Amino acid sequence: KFDVARSSEWNTPIQEVTLGATSADGGSRGHTITLGGEKAMPFYFDAEMPNRNYVTMDVFDMPISMAKSVKSNYEDVMGDPAEWAKKVVNEYNADMVTIHLISTDPLINDTPAKEAAKVVEDVLQAVDVPIVIGGSGNPQKDPEVLEKAAEVAEGERALLASASLNLDYERVAKAATDYGHAVLSWTQLEINAQKELNRKLMKQCNVPRDSIVMDPTTAALGYGLDYAYSNMERIRLSALMGDDELNFPMSSGTTNAWGARESWMKESPLKEDSDWGPREYRGPIWEIVTGLSLALAGNDMFMMMHPTSVQVLKEITQTLYG
Amino acid sequence: MKINSPLDAYKYLPGTNCGRCGEDTCMAFASHLIDRSKSAEDCLPMVEEDKYAKKLEELEKLLAPEIREVTIGTGEKSVSIGGDDVLFRHKLTFFNKTAYAYDVTDTMDEKELEERINTIQTFKKFYVGEFLTLDMVAVRCVSGKPETFASTVKKVIGLTELPLVLCSFDPAVLKAALEVAADKKPLMYAANQENWKEVAGLAKEYEVPVTLFAPNDLDLLKSMAKTFAEMGIEDLVLDPGTFPTGKELKTTFENFLKIRRAGIDGDGEVAYPIMAVPLTAWMAYDDDVSASYWETVVASVLTVKYGDIMIMHSIEPYALLPEMHLRDTIYTDPRKPVTVDPGVWEVGSPTADSPIIVTTNFALTYYTVESDISSNKIDCYIVVADTEGIGVEAAVAGGQLTADKIKKTLENAKFDLKEKTNYNTVILPGLSARLQGDVEDKVGSRVLIGPADSGRLPGWLEKNWPPQNK
Ligand code: B12
Ligand code: SF4
Repeated sequence: KFDVARSSEWNTPIQEVTLGATSADGGSRGHTITLGGEKAMPFYFDAEMPNRNYVTMDVFDMPISMAKSVKSNYEDVMGDPAEWAKKVVNEYNADMVTIHLISTDPLINDTPAKEAAKVVEDVLQAVDVPIVIGGSGNPQKDPEVLEKAAEVAEGERALLASASLNLDYERVAKAATDYGHAVLSWTQLEINAQKELNRKLMKQCNVPRDSIVMDPTTAALGYGLDYAYSNMERIRLSALMGDDELNFPMSSGTTNAWGARESWMKESPLKEDSDWGPREYRGPIWEIVTGLSLALAGNDMFMMMHPTSVQVLKEITQTLYG
Repeated sequence: MKINSPLDAYKYLPGTNCGRCGEDTCMAFASHLIDRSKSAEDCLPMVEEDKYAKKLEELEKLLAPEIREVTIGTGEKSVSIGGDDVLFRHKLTFFNKTAYAYDVTDTMDEKELEERINTIQTFKKFYVGEFLTLDMVAVRCVSGKPETFASTVKKVIGLTELPLVLCSFDPAVLKAALEVAADKKPLMYAANQENWKEVAGLAKEYEVPVTLFAPNDLDLLKSMAKTFAEMGIEDLVLDPGTFPTGKELKTTFENFLKIRRAGIDGDGEVAYPIMAVPLTAWMAYDDDVSASYWETVVASVLTVKYGDIMIMHSIEPYALLPEMHLRDTIYTDPRKPVTVDPGVWEVGSPTADSPIIVTTNFALTYYTVESDISSNKIDCYIVVADTEGIGVEAAVAGGQLTADKIKKTLENAKFDLKEKTNYNTVILPGLSARLQGDVEDKVGSRVLIGPADSGRLPGWLEKNWPPQNK
């Protein structure tokens, strides 16, 4: 008879974090989404996985450059974040929407925080799924932008993206606690930095445990996924074995896959390479495989861009979820 | 591996610190045995002197990986699978990357057969200094006829040196193929509940590895493996079935986990390489793109979690490229440094008129840039700055790529731009544009800002090199 033991080392469940608030909780979302809660590595037989994986699709507050095969899906809504949000939810089956306020970057449009916050209101009006609010990535400006956005989204339990060690994470954390949001704790592929930031968020900024999601950074397939994969896997294993500084759900910027030349270049720049085939098919599968491998490493939430990628990733993760 | 500390291994070594293994001490050598970067035969005294023979044998037994290593094929193209010792790659590394076999059938006409085989054996993709390639051909019997199958196998052998999987459940079919192919050491696929006695006979007679197939029945799989091992057939591969969709796919995934965990945890009876057949995705989808996509998805899941060999059908580049890259990702040794030596290196045969290109010593960056240039037959110098293995954009952000670093690299290499080149001009990566002024000041050369992606360098150079006014 075949026999194998269940793991005895995994004795600590991952913290559950709920995003979105319905009218019962003072918000206006149609439903909530709960991440985390795992007691084993993803899809393992050791313990039931309580919550499935979720996909949040990117929406930007201004037209941006993107790979051709991604862009072709959004040409009609590029200038209108609310319509864009509707499209990803109604047509592409997004579980959530991430509104990136990139026009606030002083090097782009330097849109004032207050004005950017209006876009967040528009998106909240347009769709009733839980939302993620992202800044521009500018460490000087982001805290202010996220503050204003958090204020207008008060009560909706959004996820603020992100707090990181290279900006005033205290301000971002405060915006989250003041207005009832969760915060994304983002570090760059370094497990100790992730512990440090989580610790600071909890101890120094008093962010409750049920309001922290981590983004340990996603490097694309062929561009450092080997680091990203093992980084996540190590984080999740430590968490299950009781490290309470790493015991949070994880999020992946899966869209980074579109930075890999294999996903967007028309053909290989190398003469020695075999033909790469049509990029329309190469791009989405690059995003899928990048996300899927991280799903197996313990990632809970995926930030994605191409509708086909979203559909296939959801299908495979939900199949494995059961 | 039955031991896990250098001290345990040290006890078996001569202890003379003679240094012939390339290490200063036996203890240092012992630690390399434990991390598997050296093997016991590298200690030459143990191999040469009879008095150590017994110790060597004992040591090798203790060092043998938990999961049996099985070799398929002969010669340069042969593949080894299995040989793992851990469940998570960061704990050591995974050994013997998953072998990818793509199918042909014995009902294909000559031209189709030839074309497919040609694609399988020539497909290549440059990555970090080498080419990713495919490994094997799986010949499937569809005709049901031993002679037809044997003649196809013969043709395939004439077309490729890649190792083969011979696919049929009919012992007569397998036998006919082995008659023409046994000396190439193909993998038989497969023994099952019905045919196992005859197939075991073939495995013994022809001395070839064999897959045991027990769809979703781990008890049967284990008892077959035990029986085969008792018969002295130990080059085994286990196939618990690959069900392409729904609940069965979830069970397939769990079966892979269970077999590997049991094997690593010491259940020697199932400690064999595992086979997946993502090709079953073609039973679930009608159109080629959906089937290719799903096949790649199933292959990805089972490449990450413990598939050691797999049979697939799609040879579309958009399926092959992510499959090959993911396999490389999972099997990259997390312990090995990913840098190249800093310095000023020549690509082709540069002259005083050739471009001088600046980049970082992150292996991925360097090899990407180097191959973009060399494959387009451009002669140039590459100035590889020591950015501690960080790529361009992160190194600019993190301060490892600076004007000082570039200056130092040139100085260390005694590469005087004014002396050795006619233009005193360097080309910076597009993503490091903000270093321009600094480099002009510190290096004392002129600076051109290249494109963001080095793939565009050849076209860019055509327009921008040589620079105007010397
Ligand atoms: C992996 C990664 C890391 C890894 C780096 C691993 C490594 N060994 O390099 C780690 C985790 C260490 C890291 C850390 C940081 N990172 Co980082 N990282 C990335 C990531 C995900 C991929 C980068 C990569 O490897 N690209 C692939 C390589 C091959 O590209 P490349 O070196 O640039 O080479 C290409 C081109 O530059 C060009 N090229 C190269 N040489 C030449 C030469 C010439 C002449 C020409 C013309 C072209 C050319 O062609 C190459 C092929 O396309 C990117 C995001 C992304 N998806 O791009 C962020 C990114 C680069 N990181 C970023 C940042 C900010 C950081 C940190 C500063 C974060 C922090 N606060 O700690 C640190 C800095 C750490 C340090 N330097 O010490 C930012 C940079 C923003 C900016 N523009 O300033 C990025 C863009 C992410 C983001 N959007 O915020 N990072
Ligand atoms: S060759 Fe053998 S005996 Fe000599 S130092 Fe190495 S391990 Fe010791």
